[in-house]
Amino acid sequence: MATTVVMEALSPTMEEGRLVKWSKAVGDAVKTGETLAEVETDKAVMELVARADGQLLKQVVAEGATVPVGATVAVIGAPGETVAAAAPAAPAKSPQPSAVSRQPSATPAPAPAPAPAPVTIAPADATRVVRASPLAKRLAKERGVDLKLVQGSGPGGRVVMRDLEGAGAAAVAVSRSAVPQPVDGVAYRDVPLTQIRKTIAKRLAASLGPVPHFFLTTEVDMERAADARAALNQQLGDQGKISINDILLKATALALIKHGACNAWWQEDHIRYWNDVHLGVAVAIEDGLITPVIRNIDRKSLLEISAESRELAGRARERRLKPEEYTGSTFSVSNLGMFEIDQFTGVINPPEAGILAVGTMAAKPVAVDGQVVVRRRLRLTMSCDHRVIDGATGAAFLKTLKQMLENPLAMLL
Amino acid sequence: MPTITYRDALNQALREEMQRDPDVFLMGEEVGLYQGAYKVSRGLLEEFGAKRIVDTPIAELGFAGIGVGAAMGGLRPVVEFMTWNFAVLALDQIVNAAAKMLYMSGGQIPMPIVFRGPNGAALQLSSQHSQAWESWLSHIPGLKVVAPATPYDAKGLLKSAIRDNNPVIVLEGEMLYNNKGEVPEGEILIPIGQAEIKRAGSHVTVICHSKTVSVALKAADQLASQDISAEVLDLRTLRPLDDAAILGSVAKTNRAVVVEEGWPQCGVGAQIVDLIQREAFDQLDAPVLRVTQADVPMPYNKQLERLAKPSPEKVVAAARRVLYLD
Repeated sequence: MATTVVMEALSPTMEEGRLVKWSKAVGDAVKTGETLAEVETDKAVMELVARADGQLLKQVVAEGATVPVGATVAVIGAPGETVAAAAPAAPAKSPQPSAVSRQPSATPAPAPAPAPAPVTIAPADATRVVRASPLAKRLAKERGVDLKLVQGSGPGGRVVMRDLEGAGAAAVAVSRSAVPQPVDGVAYRDVPLTQIRKTIAKRLAASLGPVPHFFLTTEVDMERAADARAALNQQLGDQGKISINDILLKATALALIKHGACNAWWQEDHIRYWNDVHLGVAVAIEDGLITPVIRNIDRKSLLEISAESRELAGRARERRLKPEEYTGSTFSVSNLGMFEIDQFTGVINPPEAGILAVGTMAAKPVAVDGQVVVRRRLRLTMSCDHRVIDGATGAAFLKTLKQMLENPLAMLL
Repeated sequence: MPTITYRDALNQALREEMQRDPDVFLMGEEVGLYQGAYKVSRGLLEEFGAKRIVDTPIAELGFAGIGVGAAMGGLRPVVEFMTWNFAVLALDQIVNAAAKMLYMSGGQIPMPIVFRGPNGAALQLSSQHSQAWESWLSHIPGLKVVAPATPYDAKGLLKSAIRDNNPVIVLEGEMLYNNKGEVPEGEILIPIGQAEIKRAGSHVTVICHSKTVSVALKAADQLASQDISAEVLDLRTLRPLDDAAILGSVAKTNRAVVVEEGWPQCGVGAQIVDLIQREAFDQLDAPVLRVTQADVPMPYNKQLERLAKPSPEKVVAAARRVLYLD
């Protein structure tokens, strides 16, 4: 019995995919879990894997072609099986069970013709079906590993013990902190909207589009932060390198912990206040922009943040991020300092309530104690969703952030 | 330590127990003058006389019933069946009389009787004479069932069976009788209900008993050459099962393959899989797999018979599957 391979929804918002490259030729033996082809989604280049064992009987889609989610791309069957009998010209009304996508939330498109149902923007993992051995589930629980973030190597993508071991220390450490694990055992606190909040939301959204932005700018003296960075890098030697941006990310996370009101999602009928900070870091890529997420950044060291942001940005540029690596952030940071932009405003990435835009650090004459001196300065602009954050709330956050950067020891407070 | 055959280990056990306790006697087809169809009772008629080494007619139900009656009367009979395939005729006495006696007499009538003989397939004995009966026998409350794989275990378990005050089924094997192994002279008693790790390992537990122990050990050798460390757990007793040994090994390896000579449906392995999924669910990294006889009457054809039996290759394949290597 031949199995139809369909274009799967490989990202939460994917509606169609471009088949970049076939990894298997017609006639090749394939096993469940093996890569059949590389598919470019709206976000990244992902692997389309086989959901059945057998021989690749037919490639329905040519390299370079784009087809909707749910469309037939290939047929797997027994050697010698005739494809005509096996492969319907049009995909069946619904994908076969074996072709169920990893993100069932991305509604399987019934056929190529009609536009796929709109896809709700949800954290990538929220609805993904996790298949894992009982042992893997227990170990994941004990180690705080989010199984949704682990690629399973067993039949049908089942996560088995070796997938947790194979992840290696670094990956386990990453996934350990990948699940928001606040002290009270709940990742966030949902607060129903008060009447005044509803009114603010309605009126401001009517004024300025769906997300009513407002902007706050402050200029920060970076002398101490820059000195601290130089001293740290000297001490680290070959062990790593801290950038000003790493210090900024860390300070932002810690300031968000102190100002939880800014670490929140607008959820239409309520506001979700996150207990941990999952920070999106905007990365420019060849033909766009993507925001990989450093999860639980508030609990990571500068060195960890430095390593992780470099690694994520590198893979972002190669378009090799997994969906779960660029979704689920609670706040974002965008830095155009390297382009010598003095200041700018970032556009909020819903449902987040804020984004911090970072300008370039430059030496400027400023008055200190009545004397004009030259100091390294940097401008921060925070875009706030007024439905969630009010002016004073955002200002208080920025003030804390400024204090932390101007006196890095304040991060220890 | 002397190296002796499985058959001689059983012979030692019988002789020692008969010397120790005058109530112990052996009966069955050809056990006396012919010294046993498989020579397990060699020399016993000479030593103990016809009163205690009793040749019977070919009438399994009849002499099993005489054994039950003798046990009710206070003796400790050992009833030998030429094979367990013939003992099917005696199941009424074993299941309805021996297994129930203590219970239905309100604890007044103990049933210290041993039923023993070769079980499972030998070579080309065809469908009727190649059957493994352990799942039938271990199904019955009131019976204990042991299935030793080595001469040492055979001696130790038969001696324990004879001293037990309950009916004990001892499953031997035509293909085991010639196997040799080290057996100390004199007293060895292996408690009924204790499994033994025949080979320690860490990646997968292969659970087996009787003839499948050697199958499992060969498989473990092959797996070792693939850098897979298999633990071979010999159940030795099938009722009562050594739950702790099974669960302990699975807790160590997180994977199990159960091997048995019987058919798959309602087999001993099915019971073990039940135990593991129930008590060690969170330890499992893969579904437990079973290797059994093919679900057909045993073929007479030599090649078909070979294909129908559990083999080291089948165990290796199952072990690789639970390790997600294939």
